[in-house]
Amino acid sequence: MNFPILSFLILLPTVGSLFLFFTRSKKENNITTKYVALFTSLVNFFLSIYLWILFDNTTSDFQFVEDRIWIDGLVNYKVGIDGISILFVILTTFITPLCIISVNNSIKNRLSEFLIAILIMESFMIGVFCSLDLVVFYLFFEAGLIPMFLIIGIWGGSRRVYSAFKFFLFTLLGSVLMLVAIISIYWITGTTDVVQLYELGIDAKYQNLLWLAFFSSFAVKTPMWPVHTWLPDAHVEAPTAGSVLLAAILLKMAGYGFIRFSLGLFPIASEIFTPLIYTLSVVAIIFTSLIALMQEDMKKLIAYSSVAHMGFVTLGIFTIQQQGIEGSIIQMISHGLVSAALFLCVGVVYDRMHSRLIETYGGIVTIIPKYSILFMVFTLAALGLPGTSGFVGEFLILMGAFKDNFLVAVIASFGVIIGAAYMLWLYKRVIFGKLVNLDLKKMVDLNRSELFILSSLAIPTLFFGFYPEPLINTIEVSISDLIKVYNINIMNN
Amino acid sequence: MINLELIFPEIFLSLSIMFLLIIGVFKKESSRIIQNLSLIVLLVTAVITFNETIGIEKRYLFKESVVIDYLSSFMKIMTLLAAFIVLVISSNYLRTFKIFKIEYPILILSSVLGMMIMIGSNDLIVFYMGLELQSLALYVLATFNRDQLKSSEAGLKYFVLSALSSGLLLYGCSLIYGFTGSTNFNIISNQLSSEDYVLTFGIVFVLVGLAFKISAVPFHMWAPDVYEGSPTSVTLFFTIVPKIAALTVFIRFLYVPFLNLIDQWQMILVFLSIASMLFGAIAAIGQTNLKRLVAYSSIGHVGYALAGLATGSNEGIQSSVIYITIYILMNLGLFSCLLMMKRNNEYYEEIEDLSGLSKNHPLISISFLIILFSLAGIPPLAGFFAKFYIFKSVLEQSMYFLAIVGLLSTVIAAFYYLRIIKIIYFDKEKEKYDTDHSLWLKFSLTFSTLFILAYFIFPSQLIEFVSRINII
Repeated sequence: MNFPILSFLILLPTVGSLFLFFTRSKKENNITTKYVALFTSLVNFFLSIYLWILFDNTTSDFQFVEDRIWIDGLVNYKVGIDGISILFVILTTFITPLCIISVNNSIKNRLSEFLIAILIMESFMIGVFCSLDLVVFYLFFEAGLIPMFLIIGIWGGSRRVYSAFKFFLFTLLGSVLMLVAIISIYWITGTTDVVQLYELGIDAKYQNLLWLAFFSSFAVKTPMWPVHTWLPDAHVEAPTAGSVLLAAILLKMAGYGFIRFSLGLFPIASEIFTPLIYTLSVVAIIFTSLIALMQEDMKKLIAYSSVAHMGFVTLGIFTIQQQGIEGSIIQMISHGLVSAALFLCVGVVYDRMHSRLIETYGGIVTIIPKYSILFMVFTLAALGLPGTSGFVGEFLILMGAFKDNFLVAVIASFGVIIGAAYMLWLYKRVIFGKLVNLDLKKMVDLNRSELFILSSLAIPTLFFGFYPEPLINTIEVSISDLIKVYNINIMNN
Repeated sequence: MINLELIFPEIFLSLSIMFLLIIGVFKKESSRIIQNLSLIVLLVTAVITFNETIGIEKRYLFKESVVIDYLSSFMKIMTLLAAFIVLVISSNYLRTFKIFKIEYPILILSSVLGMMIMIGSNDLIVFYMGLELQSLALYVLATFNRDQLKSSEAGLKYFVLSALSSGLLLYGCSLIYGFTGSTNFNIISNQLSSEDYVLTFGIVFVLVGLAFKISAVPFHMWAPDVYEGSPTSVTLFFTIVPKIAALTVFIRFLYVPFLNLIDQWQMILVFLSIASMLFGAIAAIGQTNLKRLVAYSSIGHVGYALAGLATGSNEGIQSSVIYITIYILMNLGLFSCLLMMKRNNEYYEEIEDLSGLSKNHPLISISFLIILFSLAGIPPLAGFFAKFYIFKSVLEQSMYFLAIVGLLSTVIAAFYYLRIIKIIYFDKEKEKYDTDHSLWLKFSLTFSTLFILAYFIFPSQLIEFVSRINII
């Protein structure tokens, strides 16, 4: 097929944002700008679904590959997807329109600029998951900082400046070392093309340092303990749609990067550093879960729970077991849906009461029943109840972990229990209990758009919880081949 | 046989300067005409340079004391075009301060002439002549707003410190002459034996003088004061045009006569580069005046350009030239924004004055945003590629320390660029600025912004231009 479908996916949101840029930002244009943005992102979504239908899941080769000369003799613009990346592309195109619908209530000023930032962000995020060249990957990976910085800084809460700076500088600091590593790879092997690098392999004596350089970038982005501190700040201050993008997609870039680059390019170093990842992941799971227990602020609680969930993801990836990596990807997809939904849930009550503190609420189950039901679905999905997608991911990860390292798996399992504790306690304090704050009585239940957003997140959460087959089928071959190549590399060394 | 047409651009330029001076003396109220004529002269010189010299092989003139090659043609054309844009966008600023005089364009032309001589020099004496011609013109330009105390102070400071550095430079030249018996780069290179360690002294003194001209740490002290005190349009000139010439001389001086002594000077350049990058990044954090901040940021950027030169490879030189080209365009955009911050015949240059600019002037703000992110080196903007090429050539020579320090200082530098963006976008708005900007000002802002934004689509073109530079 000659139609450059991936480039189209990457470019379309940017083109849409150009349209918005040239329409005047006035109050009466708000509806139009929103429809333009929504239309663009929906076209992208359907296109990516079409991509999934065309996708051949019996091979681990890259598909829909485009390869053009970009910087002569240095870097080619190369994009393509395999089983590992396609799900992230779909997740991105699925979450973005929901973000755009959700801006109704939360963004009061400069709506069209906000939509432009979101659309450009979508372009960059899809680019990250599609790129098959290290330089192109770095380009998209870093470029996402600009719109996110603006989203937090312009439309954020009261401490938005601090959070935006912290987010930007932390991530940039992590990433510059990756740039050094990428250029070094170019000089060591003569190419930055990922497919060629898979074939060539990188000399074992360089792998450790290169792995660490990539790790520094991904660890900040994941975020892993102890460099996770930017995340709660960024989440708390970002507007709802910004938090959703951040939690649902931005964090996944790092998990994806670990699978694609750390495992794929530096298998020997990955084997060496597995204990480091295990330690950091387990600390993240237990430590941040305990911190989450103590939070007063709902958004902060969910942010810390994100750190814990991403701890499971990194744990699963470095088990190098079929189940572990599959579980990690499903966990990332599931966390993308669930954390997005949870942030939206917080956004819903915040729009009504302008408070994110847990103590403000309590006893609202009879006042806003629809909300309470949907919130419960996502709470249960977050704690990994069987029948939700959260369970599938966590279960597979722990299965992989038990095969690889018993102790780590046992400790991580405790994290599941603490996770259940803080999520259920949050739900109990917000929804049940005695109605103390009488202002809560004025709250109205979900309106049409909120109901639509939350239920369209709930459906895949439950569907993939009962029937994860489509996800597993898509990723299975790619992962088994990755592990095969990995093990051959380890044996040869 | 002397091929005079090869230096026809310089001859044309110097004759035009004299001609313009005569018009200026005899015709009253001629500043407008002279301004326009100077613009034409700059363009014509650029065209002549392009026609006469761009395609030719390396040629020497006047007993090999002047060299014409691709590097010199490229840099000369860049100097001329940059001077053209500076001149064309500064007229409104000068009118506001009532210093729209005939001397301004003529001084710019003479300093450009000096730079062209510097760029083409293959001999210490010729190089020094060009350097002094451009410096003398620059001293006067710095004091051009002579009724303002700050401007006079800037000029005086620049003069005193620059004279000192010229002295050091001359001392270095004489040392080099003493040990090799010639001032010509080619002859020095032939006479050189790598045991001449004493020559290192000469090299160091010349490098000190050059580092001063390009404002590299630790010879940067003049830059913030002079940049702040000079009229903004002159500051713009300072930040971009002399840097092109000084960088070219750096390349020629290090790579033609002293390539064999690379072990001696490489450490010095690495030090200059690291010190400039770090100091430029850290010292800019505390600034409140935009022009001072630009001074520190330009110190930092010079550090990156020097990092490319420290590699001792053709790729390094090319990456430095790319860096300086992109840097010029970014600075052009930045200053176009500064020149637009005018309200009731008064120009504002404090960072706080930018507060909430995005509400009143969305288009200027978005350009500002793009330029600042590009200066910070964030992809996919042009500034990222500039740094990318530099670090690519640095890492080719396995100079990991330089690369890592350089990249870490981009993170520090990102902080103060972000601070400006924060003030523009996150803070409360103030009064509106005037919107009656001249067409050229709008053009230069639009052009530089679009270039920065769209560079990533066609990154190969600039490399292709630069890849013909072959010094080693």
